Amino acid sequence: MHIPDGFLSPEVAAATGVVAAGTVLVALRRADELLDERRVPLLGVTAAFVFAAQMLNFPVAGGTSGHVLGAALAAILLGPWLACLVLSVVLLVQAFLFADGGITALGANVLNMGVIGAMGAAGVMALAARLLPRTRAAFLGSAGVAAWLAVMAGAAATAIELAWSGTVPLGTVLPAMLGVHVFIGIGEAVITVAAVSAVLATRPDLITADVPPLDARPLPATGAPA
Amino acid sequence: MSTSLKAFTIVALAVAVGLATAASPFASSSPDGLERVAGDHGFIDDGRLHAVQDESPIPDYAMPGVDNPRVATGLAGFVGTLVVFGLAYGAGAVLRRRDRPGPAMPTA
Repeated sequence: MHIPDGFLSPEVAAATGVVAAGTVLVALRRADELLDERRVPLLGVTAAFVFAAQMLNFPVAGGTSGHVLGAALAAILLGPWLACLVLSVVLLVQAFLFADGGITALGANVLNMGVIGAMGAAGVMALAARLLPRTRAAFLGSAGVAAWLAVMAGAAATAIELAWSGTVPLGTVLPAMLGVHVFIGIGEAVITVAAVSAVLATRPDLITADVPPLDARPLPATGAPA
Repeated sequence: MSTSLKAFTIVALAVAVGLATAASPFASSSPDGLERVAGDHGFIDDGRLHAVQDESPIPDYAMPGVDNPRVATGLAGFVGTLVVFGLAYGAGAVLRRRDRPGPAMPTA
């Protein structure tokens, strides 16, 4: 879903750039309070995993592929603000090192693939923690729904920015983007649930989202000397 | 960093590096969702590289100078994953230290 330079008008590139930069500035200011000792390595590992996962395009219907965005996973593990920083690092490296995603479009890409997904997924998880039974299944189900919605919301935002730029009419691009990302979002949900359940099984204390009590299963000792 | 956190970090990083190095050469090369829509609706040719991207060290996830395309992609994934890890870890360490000179570490 990386927008290259040339798809967006200068106005839309600037507007999305301001929103993305503002969000990243807030995240940077809050990082000190949010980063405890355990989250510094988790920040690095999550960014590395998101980068790796974004390289793994999987086929979806009709000669099209999709890849994980990772914002929902990052938000569940680290909270929405640190997730925005993770996706910003990934997208920055992709744009400058790999020429993937535009430079003037970097703000739009951070917004579409980072900020919107991270904030949306964190909101879904918080809502689910209040409304659903506090079980492992409900938690993982919510993670899957949050991941799918993050992809759909990012696809919708991309479509709106393209239409606002005058590149393609909204009535054309919105159904087209949502139609293909329905399937890509399922891949995102599967991989997000798999990754969250792996962390839940090994170090549930590392998960920032409101983890249900896991007292039905023996918890691994945390911080035990080897 | 407790020992088990260190182990978790090393294992998770190894999984990420392994996926980016060994699995990425076999990823689908079909256009992604946005590229497909752009192709179908006639604006794919609007896309262009920014001037600074003409000098990209590893354009299109293919390590320059490596003839085998799968090896070139795998090497790009290997380098990229470690660069991203280093940047994010480093940023986290710097941001955490800022405004907190004292030994304010929680006793975990």
